[in-house]
Amino acid sequence: MDGTLSYRWSCRMGVCGSCGMMVNGTPKLTCAAFLRDYYPQEIRVEPLVNFPIIRDLVIDMTDFMEKLKSVKPWIIRKEEKPVSEGEYLQTPAELEAFHQFTQCINCMLCYAACPVYGLEPKFLGPAAIALGYRYNMDSRDQGKDQREIIGNHDGIWDCTFVGECSVVCPKHVDPAAAIQRSKVDVTKNWFQSILMPWGQR
Amino acid sequence: MSAVRPDPSKLYHRKMPATWWLTNRSYFLFMLRELSSVFIAVQIYQLSNGPDAYVAFTQKLSSPGWILFHLVALLFALYHSFTWFQSSAVVLPLRIGERSISRPIVTALHVGAWVMVSLIVLVLFLALKS
Repeated sequence: MDGTLSYRWSCRMGVCGSCGMMVNGTPKLTCAAFLRDYYPQEIRVEPLVNFPIIRDLVIDMTDFMEKLKSVKPWIIRKEEKPVSEGEYLQTPAELEAFHQFTQCINCMLCYAACPVYGLEPKFLGPAAIALGYRYNMDSRDQGKDQREIIGNHDGIWDCTFVGECSVVCPKHVDPAAAIQRSKVDVTKNWFQSILMPWGQR
Repeated sequence: MSAVRPDPSKLYHRKMPATWWLTNRSYFLFMLRELSSVFIAVQIYQLSNGPDAYVAFTQKLSSPGWILFHLVALLFALYHSFTWFQSSAVVLPLRIGERSISRPIVTALHVGAWVMVSLIVLVLFLALKS
């Protein structure tokens, strides 16, 4: 093999998100794509689609990184508790409400699978919206009104629910569900803000 | 320390082909689902012109071309409704106590309710006609 071939890899066990590529036209983690499942058919490996190529199989993920930051993926409080009062408590049921959306390994397979992202690079994208949803659904968070970018034109409303993002996700995060539920949530909040503007929380 | 960004002018941008939706079964079914809304829209348009125009339209329907069109339109309309119920199962997770109901079952419940309501409407229509 050509020793100059450039590609990303790291953990070899499906947790780091480095090795995403197109294998026979499907976005996959190549550490989870075994020759025994493809041989003797021809195996075609291409760089992850919908991203610009830096070299060989290495793509530029700058846009993805910017989008992750834009949803403010941290706990936002209106009022911080002093350290002496201890940690913010959370029941198992409250954790269950958003737990699956915490499992994202930022592998970008969902962006390669999304035809909307391919056609409209300004689309926030499945992983970023799922991450924003994860924080909005976290009982400890009070910052939903600071994540307005999710409810913008290039946020959830660009999504036409193709659903392929959830099909290719190696960690079963189901970003498509996060986006559709965000649509319901954002719409509900909008009606509440129009019909009951005094209830600002 | 800030990350080194690649020079955008040196990056290679692949174009998305116009046939992107033919590469994969999921994409093709998605396009069919979106196309089905056109058939629904045509039917709604026919209904919106008022009862007389609609009756005149239905009289044209005995020609084989129109019958075929309407068979195709019916299939698309059924697919449209079925995929809507599948989507509902994703958007609204139903729970009994702590356990969630699986999505195929939620879809089946929606389809069951749809069939029941259709039967009730049919019975009412037949009862009111006579």
